[in-house]
Amino acid sequence: MYISLNDRPSSRTGGQVARSRGGRVSSVIVTLGVVSLLTDISSESVAAVLPLYLTTALGLSTIAYGFIDGLMQGASALVRVAGGWAADRGDRPKWVAFVGYGLSALTRGGLALAGGFAAVTALVAVDRVGKGIRTAPRDAMISAEADPDHVARAFGVHRMLDTIGAALGPLIAFVVLWAVPDGYTTVFVVSFGFAVIGVAVLGFLVPDRRPRADAARAARVVDTLTPAGPAPSRQFSWRHLTDPRLRRLFLVAGVLGLLTIGDGFIYLALQNRDGFATQWFPLLYVGTNVAYLLLAIPVGRLADRVGRAKVLVAGHLALVAAYLCAGLQTGTAVLTVGTLALLGVFYAATDGVLAALAGRLADPSARASAIGTAQTVVAVARMVAATGFGVLWYLVGPSTAMLAAAGALLAAVAVGSHLARTLDAAPAADSALPTGDA
Amino acid sequence: MRISGRVVAVVVVTVVVVAGTTVYAVDAYRDSRAPASSASEVLPADLDAVTDVPHVVFRSTAPGPEYGLVAMSPLTDPAGPRAFTTIACDRIDAVSGAASCLRTVRGIATRFEAELLDESWESVRTWPLPGVPSRTRLSDDGSLVATTSFVTGHSYGTVGFSTATEVHSADGTSSGNIEQFAFTVDGKPFVAADRNFWGVTFVDADTFYATAASASAGTTWLVRGSLSARTLESVREGVECPSLSPDGTRVAFKKDVGSGGTVHWSVAVLDLESGTETVLGETRSVDDQMEWLDDSTVLYGLPREGQTGATDIWSLAVAEGAVAEILIPDAWSPAVVRP
Repeated sequence: MYISLNDRPSSRTGGQVARSRGGRVSSVIVTLGVVSLLTDISSESVAAVLPLYLTTALGLSTIAYGFIDGLMQGASALVRVAGGWAADRGDRPKWVAFVGYGLSALTRGGLALAGGFAAVTALVAVDRVGKGIRTAPRDAMISAEADPDHVARAFGVHRMLDTIGAALGPLIAFVVLWAVPDGYTTVFVVSFGFAVIGVAVLGFLVPDRRPRADAARAARVVDTLTPAGPAPSRQFSWRHLTDPRLRRLFLVAGVLGLLTIGDGFIYLALQNRDGFATQWFPLLYVGTNVAYLLLAIPVGRLADRVGRAKVLVAGHLALVAAYLCAGLQTGTAVLTVGTLALLGVFYAATDGVLAALAGRLADPSARASAIGTAQTVVAVARMVAATGFGVLWYLVGPSTAMLAAAGALLAAVAVGSHLARTLDAAPAADSALPTGDA
Repeated sequence: MRISGRVVAVVVVTVVVVAGTTVYAVDAYRDSRAPASSASEVLPADLDAVTDVPHVVFRSTAPGPEYGLVAMSPLTDPAGPRAFTTIACDRIDAVSGAASCLRTVRGIATRFEAELLDESWESVRTWPLPGVPSRTRLSDDGSLVATTSFVTGHSYGTVGFSTATEVHSADGTSSGNIEQFAFTVDGKPFVAADRNFWGVTFVDADTFYATAASASAGTTWLVRGSLSARTLESVREGVECPSLSPDGTRVAFKKDVGSGGTVHWSVAVLDLESGTETVLGETRSVDDQMEWLDDSTVLYGLPREGQTGATDIWSLAVAEGAVAEILIPDAWSPAVVRP
């Protein structure tokens, strides 16, 4: 791991920064990772106890909550594009992200104060909106800060910290509940505390960079040095999102997303056949998270070396393998653990890598919108996949459905790798200067 | 210089937040350890004496060290002294000679389990549940146990909700999730992805009623199931959490009468033969599976408004306009046992 708090000059103009393999990750990226870590502790600790809180403390069934939750996921996906657009349009990604993080932090405070189903539902909704707002601007900041040759690694560092938070959150929540039976309010107060510190770290320690203004300034310098270099655009325009390479990336992500059925089904398939998986069912996602956080950086480095689009597409092969493991008729503990590890590989190869690709292919003035759009395409495609797969699940049973999904995804990977073949070779949009390698 | 000022600001915020949170948490911890002053409000009764007479088994939610334990009180004085078992459950059902208990196993790894207990509250069998306990019902002879748990999302970012409803025999064999049963609505196979089943009530050793729901179809059904045929068929729309009356002629259920996207469950009773539906006079929203006290009275739990963790068991006569009254304060998940 090459994380360091030493600042280094950011390299938005590309090329000229010395890039040893062990180049340090910008302190801004590490700081953003810490913000995500704190925020994820906050959100995951609440998410882990919410079903229990609703049923045991409030005496409600979570059925209604589940339906609302599903709807909110859709809203969150759309808000994501809006968050990206606002960041690009105003050229202030930090403060758009700040609004998103702040909104979510406020909802934790609200949970500590208010009880009851309506309040909880409203607060969860606002929280999701906050999450939608902040994601794209934050990823655009990571993309802007990263050394162009190590973007995927930079995202790996961020996602590792983020996932550590996601793994710690439920742990902290359950330790609190263990010490203080029915101490849900204490969980909410602790969660609020982490969120506030996260927002403070973002507000005070992350520099307020203005990517478009910076790029314009850099372009003026470039113009005088090498008049032939294309100047990055100074104004945000939706037209930047119709760039052929970006469109191709959206297409690849969409095609693969349409066969990404969601972890829930995989866990359910494991649970359906295997006593081990049932006993540890509430903790299966922890296994996936541990694999993800261990692999985020190594797979990010690999993506930087062999090609991000290649790794993004190939990462879905891990998902194919996970479907196959989950689709077997008989299960063992080893197979269950193996499935979780494969899911971790899949996330390590896709989540940060997609943002890295989108951020690099996009014009700097439309970076947040491009990342937000890519993530929304994936989110919507996955929702469609989950719905479609659900039908298949009930029609032919979990095993057959899993094997069918594996076959279809394998075909999609073949198509995807054909479509994506030019993405790695394409020069990054903001690396106007000739670079040593591509 | 500016950077260091910002770092100082973050440190100050962190110290203030950590100190405040710690004070709150330590205070909550002390409160939870302190002997509850109101513990003496609940008088203890002799377990054997209560077991031998008709009684109500329930989860006690009276503050104090017995919070969450299964207790029982005689039907002759349900609100009076209660006899405590040492069994902790979130949901409980009991018949003469057997009890089914669903519970949350707290710890760093919070898990969920179901337990079948015999007449002396000794464990017969325990098995894991995949999610938060929701409903449990025993057949009258105690040979079948139905459990419903909520399988919730696994992470903040994923959509995740479904119910897992299983029927276990006393000998340990399981039907599997009844989601896998062949489900027909008005005779036609129904395969929507988002169908869910919960709230079993047994008719006999093979037949049961339950709830089916599908968000995409936008409705719920009363379904009649067969364990041997592994089938579920719709009986009627808009019936949730059925509970068969002791005489087997009616089901009490919760009926969603909310409008504009809000859910409001009224208590209603359906006459199975005539199909007549009677909505009872409860104005609050009731989210529970009813329990029949006798052929003309239903029981259900309601959280007490403004008091997190406090619940009461209410009784309501099966008649239009009847007014609910508290049968047992500080109690939840009632089960009437007539030995």
